[in-house]
Amino acid sequence: MVDVADGVIELVGSKVRNRQGPLQMSDALESLGLESLDVLELTFAIEEKFNIEIPFNANTEFDFKTVGELVHAVEGLVAKKTASA
Amino acid sequence: MNRVVITGLGTISPVGLSTKSYWTALTAGQSGFGPPTIFAAERLNTKVVAEVKGFVPEDHFDSRQIGLLDRVSQFAVVAAREAIAQSGLSFRDGLGERTAAIVGSGIGGQTTQDEAFKRIYGENAPRVHPLIIPRTMPNAPASQISMFFGIKGPTYAVSTACASATHSIGQAFHLLRAGTVTCAITGGAEAQLTHGTVKAWEAMRILAPDTCRPFSRERKGMVLGEGAAILVLESLDHAAARGAEILGEIVGFGMSADAGDLTAPDPDGMVRAMAAALTDAALAPDAVDYVNAHGTGTTANDAAETSALHKAFGTHVARLAISSTKSMVGHALGAAGALEAVATAMALRDGIVPPTMNYLGADPACDLDYTPNEARSRPMQTALSNSFAFGGLNAVLALRRFGG
Repeated sequence: MVDVADGVIELVGSKVRNRQGPLQMSDALESLGLESLDVLELTFAIEEKFNIEIPFNANTEFDFKTVGELVHAVEGLVAKKTASA
Repeated sequence: MNRVVITGLGTISPVGLSTKSYWTALTAGQSGFGPPTIFAAERLNTKVVAEVKGFVPEDHFDSRQIGLLDRVSQFAVVAAREAIAQSGLSFRDGLGERTAAIVGSGIGGQTTQDEAFKRIYGENAPRVHPLIIPRTMPNAPASQISMFFGIKGPTYAVSTACASATHSIGQAFHLLRAGTVTCAITGGAEAQLTHGTVKAWEAMRILAPDTCRPFSRERKGMVLGEGAAILVLESLDHAAARGAEILGEIVGFGMSADAGDLTAPDPDGMVRAMAAALTDAALAPDAVDYVNAHGTGTTANDAAETSALHKAFGTHVARLAISSTKSMVGHALGAAGALEAVATAMALRDGIVPPTMNYLGADPACDLDYTPNEARSRPMQTALSNSFAFGGLNAVLALRRFGG
């Protein structure tokens, strides 16, 4: 699952607006300066990279508070896809 | 400056195929929502849309005409036919040259384009229909109205996404007030419900999975709609001289741009557009009785619009009647502002505030009285109709009851 984590972190990093240095799993997504369209595009980029569907409606809170939570959620969705393949 | 009055209203909507049936449905709180039937939805998540139902092109056009008209232009021409018939105007004896046709559309002939691209890219079709281009162009509804009814004055489309129709009506209003034209056919049309467009909307993740409940707690987004509404406007002098029945008056129009986020609403831009409309109409904020809100049902719009209403009206906001008719007809983008202008004009005329349906209770960010779930009788003189578009483009009309 290391590659999933690296992939997600790389995509999150491409959207960061206000932070220097490597991302930590404990970083709060809100602290990274992501705007609403960044979150939309990030969700799409992750779905494309891993060919998964992330359930997310922009009218509700983004379910993942930290980089780590997002990574774990994606790992879970990738594992589920692999298991059902 | 000329006073500008409404002498015809035409409507094609998810709750009725005439202005009378549309208005009756709105005041009764009837919803036009249902599962998709006019486009392939098997591979989509969208389970609820607001389709125009029971519209049979052959009832309105011969087969040669249908070949030239995308669904969006069919809606526009049929709505215009109703509005012009009500006005009693004919444009054949020189009046056409002094009449404008300004009709908005956010997307244009989307059904035509979607079907053509499916053939071209999906099926590798060797050839496509020869009239895809003139059926698809966003000015097709305006051009078709011009050709069907002999409108030979300023004729064009305005495309400002969800504010297209309101910008169009405002343009027509200003041309009339300045005396550039004597009459105007104006409004908006949209027929966006195709597989490709709905898929693209899904990707924005702002469509409601259940229903549209503007300003309510547990609101989950917007429901896509379609339709057209057309208003016949003319100078008061012209209407009075021919003894026309006057349905209402347009008294002001305001515009602004956010110059900020591409899609996130900005209360300051909304406030500036409402204030501009009031200034244009020489109205004080406390003269306004009703606001037909943009009220899309998204978390962001409804909170921002509520904040803007507080700023624009101050303590008078508590005495305003407010509602979102999108709770019944969905969001028809480039037609929305015209559908809502019709609703606003009828509300003033009949003294009935149409409701905001599907309302479950107050949201902390939406703390006003939105006329929940049931229409109310209330004598009214003046109203605003709000439209706030993606791209940060805001447009607000001020209307007044005529003869009040």
